[in-house]
Amino acid sequence: MNTLLDIKGLTVAMAGLGRPILDEVSLAVHDGEAVALVGESGSGKSVTARTALGLFPGGATVSGSVVVGGTEVVAAGPGDLRRVRTSVASMIFQDPRAGVNPVRRIGDFLTEPLRRIQGRSKAEATAQALELLGAVGMPDPPRHLRQFPHELSGGMLQRVMIAYALTADPRLLLCDEPTTALDVTTQAEIMAILGRLRRDRGLGILLITHDLDLAASVCDRVYVMYAGRIMEAAPSAALTSVPRHPYTRGLLGSAPPLTGPMPRLAPIPGAPLGLAEAVSGCPFAARCAHVVPGLCDATTPTLERHGDSQVACLRAAELIDETQGEGLR
Amino acid sequence: MSTATVSHPRLQSRLGGWAARLGRLTWPVRICAVLLVLVGLGAVFAPWLEPYDPTDGDLSNTLVAMSGAHWLGTDAGGHDTFSQLLAGGRTSLLGPLGVVLFSTVFGALVGLFSAWRGGWVDALIGRVLDVMFAFPSLLLAILAVALFGKGLGAPVVAMAIAYMPYTARLVRSLTAQEKTRPYIAAYRVQGHSPAFIALRRLLPAVGPTILAQSTVNFGYALLDLAALSFLGLGVQPPTPDWGAMINQSQAAVLEGQPLSAVLPAVLVVVVVVAVTVIGEHFGDRLAGREAKA
Amino acid sequence: MWLRRVGAMALTLLVTSFLVFSSLYLAPGDPVAFLVKGRSPSPDQLAAIRHEYGFDKPFPVRYWDWLTGMLHGDFGQSYQLHASVASVIGSRLPSTLLLVGLSTVLIVVFGVGLGIFGALRKGKGVVVLVTVGAAVPSFTAAIVLRSVFGVRLGWFPTVGTGSGFGDELHHMVLPAVALTITFMALVTRVTRASMLEELGREHVEVVTSRGLSRSTVIRRHVLRNALGPVVTVSGLLISGLLVSTAIVESAFGMNGVGSLLVTSVDHMDFPVVQAIVLLVVATFVVVNTVVDLVYPLIDPRVRAA
Repeated sequence: MNTLLDIKGLTVAMAGLGRPILDEVSLAVHDGEAVALVGESGSGKSVTARTALGLFPGGATVSGSVVVGGTEVVAAGPGDLRRVRTSVASMIFQDPRAGVNPVRRIGDFLTEPLRRIQGRSKAEATAQALELLGAVGMPDPPRHLRQFPHELSGGMLQRVMIAYALTADPRLLLCDEPTTALDVTTQAEIMAILGRLRRDRGLGILLITHDLDLAASVCDRVYVMYAGRIMEAAPSAALTSVPRHPYTRGLLGSAPPLTGPMPRLAPIPGAPLGLAEAVSGCPFAARCAHVVPGLCDATTPTLERHGDSQVACLRAAELIDETQGEGLR
Repeated sequence: MSTATVSHPRLQSRLGGWAARLGRLTWPVRICAVLLVLVGLGAVFAPWLEPYDPTDGDLSNTLVAMSGAHWLGTDAGGHDTFSQLLAGGRTSLLGPLGVVLFSTVFGALVGLFSAWRGGWVDALIGRVLDVMFAFPSLLLAILAVALFGKGLGAPVVAMAIAYMPYTARLVRSLTAQEKTRPYIAAYRVQGHSPAFIALRRLLPAVGPTILAQSTVNFGYALLDLAALSFLGLGVQPPTPDWGAMINQSQAAVLEGQPLSAVLPAVLVVVVVVAVTVIGEHFGDRLAGREAKA
Repeated sequence: MWLRRVGAMALTLLVTSFLVFSSLYLAPGDPVAFLVKGRSPSPDQLAAIRHEYGFDKPFPVRYWDWLTGMLHGDFGQSYQLHASVASVIGSRLPSTLLLVGLSTVLIVVFGVGLGIFGALRKGKGVVVLVTVGAAVPSFTAAIVLRSVFGVRLGWFPTVGTGSGFGDELHHMVLPAVALTITFMALVTRVTRASMLEELGREHVEVVTSRGLSRSTVIRRHVLRNALGPVVTVSGLLISGLLVSTAIVESAFGMNGVGSLLVTSVDHMDFPVVQAIVLLVVATFVVVNTVVDLVYPLIDPRVRAA
């Protein structure tokens, strides 16, 4: 199987921060595969997705490797970056209202890359824009081409954003919380469109979300991220049936008590780690119910294989044994 | 909402403390502040500092270069330039100070009233301010001179009127925003009178931003009044004034003796730059604080 | 909406014209005595002034006559120059328009250009330039330009208006530059701030991530979107620019409307002062109404509001 996106040991750090924004992140998306990257806000999931397009935070030092469609993006020249952005991968952003230039018509927005990058004539570009608007389920493409962004609803605009991403005819679609800014019914429609596009076009999808249930139901594999590190990577089925990392269990809202009675569906105590806070050992240690002082705050866990999953937890093995018989969820 | 969570902006700004603030000043701001203090002291103590009578022209000593007797030389009329600069600072700084004081006080009251009352009063005041914006300050000052004669008084009043809408509009928008904040509602619930809340609580909260704007306005007013004096319509000789000094030294410039014109011009630029840098520094900081809040 | 804006403009013009007209009555003492102050008019002339200003008629009628007279191009008589105000102003208008036009071109080209440069460069150089530039009054610039490029280098004439278009333009260079500096600095500042704000917006990241070249992104998405505040501020600067011609034309000894304003104040030629004040204010009102009307083309969101 062809690997579309291959991130290996990616570390992104900035001076003046307590911890790296991304710390030794490794992640892969294969052809036609849907992969989710799940985490709370500030976990670095959006930064990870953006690195696939060579969009690094200003002033950051980057080490590791990001290979997109066979092209190394870290320290790539403008030509390589352009090739990746214009023909391999495109991105759908969280807030379509902020993502579409407010002073240009939808038609202008969609045909601009087709004409300037793909080199289509005006008529060809317009025809293709109409086709794409139809493909994302817009009711009246010819009218939408003449409209301004403020004349469309958020859900409609997100479809426009998807159509925009498709103008590159990409093999990899990076979706950065594409439904967070939308209402619930629209969310379902957008996810359905993404699912259909994946089937019809054989797109690889990297879905960034904070919703683990959504991720597991839509994607083949899930990466769980916390404080710039991958905590667990597993096939969706394995992740939901046997979540191995305490943080994953916390996200699923099903962290079962080890001893004594505790309320079910407990939220994860504490707040996510800020960028200014320094880490020693496991970044989740401060919020973890299973923390062992002297171990978890001293040694940094790396991803280890346990069954179908890869888990970055020093106590992964014992925790699985302890919870095995309790019938998760 | 509990009253315990209502924060009072003025209290916060007081707690900030002057020492801590001075520590956060950047170098350009410090230099500008020192320059302004020096120029201000020179103007205040001019009568004791000036080595010659600035109005007394010594026609046997015209256009003298820098020397021990005349530190900064003399102008075409034989006036000692250093003495004239010191004395000229008084009129050149007092004029804009008057403009800024008048325009700030009246602008703040008008803006506060407009936003506080809202409705048709607000709309009407907005239209009146729109009309006033159409009269640029220098033009209004020139019209005032045409009507009331040359000098400092009429132009200062006219320019105060011309600058008033800027302050009024700023205060209006600040007040309209501030009015919706919880601490104002808390005062209302506690039964304070609207006048008390507006003047004693709301105005101090928006005060620093107004002050920053007025500081910048001081620079513009100084430029306008200097221009008026340059045109021979403002301060009249022999009263020393920077703009008038430049005007009277024009001929000397063309003769290749630019010193007596360049020095007041440099002072004007220095004071305006200093005032702008300081005003914008505090304006930006206040804006930053708002954005973070 | 178009009609409403034009209606508002007409109303503003009416109010401002009334203010300018009635300003005469703010002057201390008898208006007729004020108008002839500094002159010794014959009884005939006094009677003519009384008749022209209609002091025998009620105030509203006087205003109405004045207003309708102006709409027909009758601005009254200049006492100093013994000619109609319209002809006095008209003969000096071309020179001032050329000055203002030249300066406007310089302000827009260099102001916007420097603003773009300042937004795309990290350094603080443009900020320093803008802060100092905005503090250099046009009369200071005039003196420096005259002494350096006029007297020392002798590249440009230091005085007068010139004759023939080429010569006029040559005479116009230094005054235009002197007039430009302050306003250029202000336009630069607004352009830079507006560009920086747009550069940080997500839609810019979107088109960048799609692979559009940086120059296309800057031109079509950053600069294009940043134009709104630049146009608005430029419109507001127009009145200051017109008044500043008074300073520059006086400094360079040019025969324009600006210097006419100063000499008219000097000679207490009030009808001319009144007419010029009204022209400046009317220009401001008209220009800013046009800006308002054009604005939806720059930012289509306004159309909806």
